[in-house]
Amino acid sequence: MREDDARLMTGNEACAEAALVAGMRFFAGYPITPSSEIAECLARRLPQEGGTFIQMEDELASMAAIIGASLTGVKSMTATSGPGFSLMQENIGYASMAEVPCVIVNVQRGGPSTGLPTLPSQSDVMQARWGTHGDHPVIVVAPSTVRETYDWTIKAFNFAERFRVPVVVLLDEIVAHVNEKIIVPTRGEFEVIDRDRTTQDPKDYLPYALTDSDIPPFADFGSGYRYNVTGLSHDETGFPANDPKKVDLLHRRLNRKIERYRNEIVHYKTELLEDADIVVVAYGSTARSAYRAVRNARALGLKVGIFKMFVLWPFPYQELDKLARRVEKFIVPEMNLGQIAHEVTCAAKHEVAQVNRIDGGLITPDEILEAIKNVSV
Amino acid sequence: MGFRYEFRLSGSGGQGLILAGKILAEAAAIYDGKNATQSQSYGPEARGGSSRSEVIVSDEEIDYPKAVNIDLLLCFTQEACDKYHQDVKEMGILLVDESYVTKIPKGKYKVYSVPITETAETKVGKALVANIVAIGIITQVTGVISKEAVEAAILSRVPKGTEDLNLKAFNTGIEMAQQFK
Amino acid sequence: MFPYEKYLRRNKFPHIWCTGCGCGIVLKALLRAIEKSKIAKDDIALVSGIGCSSRTPGYVDFNTLHTTHGRAIAFATGLKLAKKELNVIVVTGDGDATAIGGNHFIHAARRNLDMTVVIYNNYIYGMTGGQASPTTPAGKKGSTAPYGNIEPAFDVSALAIAAGASFVARSTCYHAVQLDKYIHKGLLKKGFSVIEAMTPCPTYYARPNRLGNVVDMMHWYKENSIPVEIARKVSEQEKKEKITIGILHDAERPEYCEEYQKLSARIMKTDNK
Repeated sequence: MREDDARLMTGNEACAEAALVAGMRFFAGYPITPSSEIAECLARRLPQEGGTFIQMEDELASMAAIIGASLTGVKSMTATSGPGFSLMQENIGYASMAEVPCVIVNVQRGGPSTGLPTLPSQSDVMQARWGTHGDHPVIVVAPSTVRETYDWTIKAFNFAERFRVPVVVLLDEIVAHVNEKIIVPTRGEFEVIDRDRTTQDPKDYLPYALTDSDIPPFADFGSGYRYNVTGLSHDETGFPANDPKKVDLLHRRLNRKIERYRNEIVHYKTELLEDADIVVVAYGSTARSAYRAVRNARALGLKVGIFKMFVLWPFPYQELDKLARRVEKFIVPEMNLGQIAHEVTCAAKHEVAQVNRIDGGLITPDEILEAIKNVSV
Repeated sequence: MGFRYEFRLSGSGGQGLILAGKILAEAAAIYDGKNATQSQSYGPEARGGSSRSEVIVSDEEIDYPKAVNIDLLLCFTQEACDKYHQDVKEMGILLVDESYVTKIPKGKYKVYSVPITETAETKVGKALVANIVAIGIITQVTGVISKEAVEAAILSRVPKGTEDLNLKAFNTGIEMAQQFK
Repeated sequence: MFPYEKYLRRNKFPHIWCTGCGCGIVLKALLRAIEKSKIAKDDIALVSGIGCSSRTPGYVDFNTLHTTHGRAIAFATGLKLAKKELNVIVVTGDGDATAIGGNHFIHAARRNLDMTVVIYNNYIYGMTGGQASPTTPAGKKGSTAPYGNIEPAFDVSALAIAAGASFVARSTCYHAVQLDKYIHKGLLKKGFSVIEAMTPCPTYYARPNRLGNVVDMMHWYKENSIPVEIARKVSEQEKKEKITIGILHDAERPEYCEEYQKLSARIMKTDNK
């Protein structure tokens, strides 16, 4: 009677299990609601898998430790929530600058400051993109269900490894804590990517070489390639550089890495858009409410479709721009005061309708349905 | 639209309502082959404070994971009953533990007021398993999840060594519900 | 002649340190200690934070990691745990290690994680222009303590001992040979080793405090250092404003990596049952 691969799992559990499947073998973190189950799960699981779990003294240290571990070639991760995510920003910038692959899970809760520790929010969307200072590359994914959390945690590691960037998995309290049935995929059902490693002679190795791909091949620390890593602007050799030409080259390449591969990264799915004159743009757990609202609206004869994002950054400007040429009315429901709505406005080049909640409650299907009815008249 | 059934188990922290929700969801999703979600809202307290566990069972994919139109509401405190009774849909079920809920609000739902905790203590031998007695009652009165599935889920979720006690609690709940008219 | 060349990235010279700075003296002591330990260059990771001493990794031919301010020990923790065969050395300053990085410092000591931390204590933030640090002695001036520092100073070594480091030694740039001996001992020690190296900053500490030039500072180290064996016998008054040098603490404590490996072996064994 039991389905063999079916399991009841929370998003936090799925995230931890998927990270192991992706090859993650080092986790450093600091307890914080509502992300702690990820650390708890990995404290139990990593020693079983021959990996390392450590509870650090704070989030600054957690982020630093995963970068150190990743430099030895070990896939690494940390998990936190808003206040801890704020502390991690310093070294997320370091990972961007030094091109160290790593995954940061942020289970969003109400903010700013200590905010609403046990309640959901989506208000770290902009922080995930721009939280650390300076122009910097970063990829942000935002799953809506437990199964998506599983899949997108694996993809997050793949992005981190492929592009040598920090990748943020933005969960929210709903996705993190909902127990949901998932059929655990078999190993053949997904791809696991490892970072491209150099085959050059150590004496010829340039850790930040300018290559055709814009992604320099990696050498594990302690594998015979003795090179320098710094958070200062540096040249191909990895040593600090002040020469404007070299500095310009570095920073343009770092940011180009994401922009030129955006088609490999940007991911969304659309439904019921063929004849739609209203589109709901949604992500994270709010997308679940949006799906129900759209179905209910269709039942009332309203021509509404959905554009659900899996990847928030890079943002699908081109895709939404294209959509805006035939659909005029956009609705963006989100548990913040319009962080993604603003980007949709930029893409669509006109104001969009918003459904916002910042009281710790998940936006209901009825609240979105109401907005659909309002714009349809 | 397909079949969707919403449970809300409410009371205070430490009454085992989160575990009860997980058991119902696991029974439906894993052992009965349906779809199910279980979610909770909780405060900062580990014990005391209000606790709410929600289970959605459906034969299709579950989008919105929260209960809005409740088919069955279980209340283990008066406060929870006062707060949530109006979310029960017409002809839905309000199940309360009569030791804690003495004033039953009027509504267009069926009411079952039973001595859940007291039965757990006197008949099963431990007040702690009141949540499992409640699961037995819920299984019997709703018929949404099979008895075998719930049994299997109980066995997979309760601590080792307490299986017999919990099954006894479950069966006691079923028997209680069989007496309902 | 000692083969310093073997360890230096000569094309990165000249270095950025001021004339008379102690960073070079500590660097040479470190290289002598490494040579004596016979650890291969490939097996050494040298990690630093931000500050004058933290520029050291750029000049030496190891796996080198120049991190963010205060976080060197936290980065080093990840490196060490992920690749336990690496010999991890952290070079850091008084501000880097005990102000912004104080939390990481005491917790790595508490865990007794196997690494060697060389703290260059020059009583001041040199790189940023002479601001007071947690080790600036009370009454002394810094650019952010123009009227004299009113805060009491940290005793870095005492802090390390209290937090659980298994090996703690202190010496000065005047006692350079003693420095390499202690760093060498630290490298061999299984556990968290701290070597506090008192280094002169003629530019930003000596000058505003009218302590003379670097030769005067070397004299001061010579005159005011007391070997720990003597320091233990004399009164607090006699030790006031003096520097106690020597091996201050050498104990055996369970080391974190080993403890983790034990735990992992035990868990994996139970799982296979």
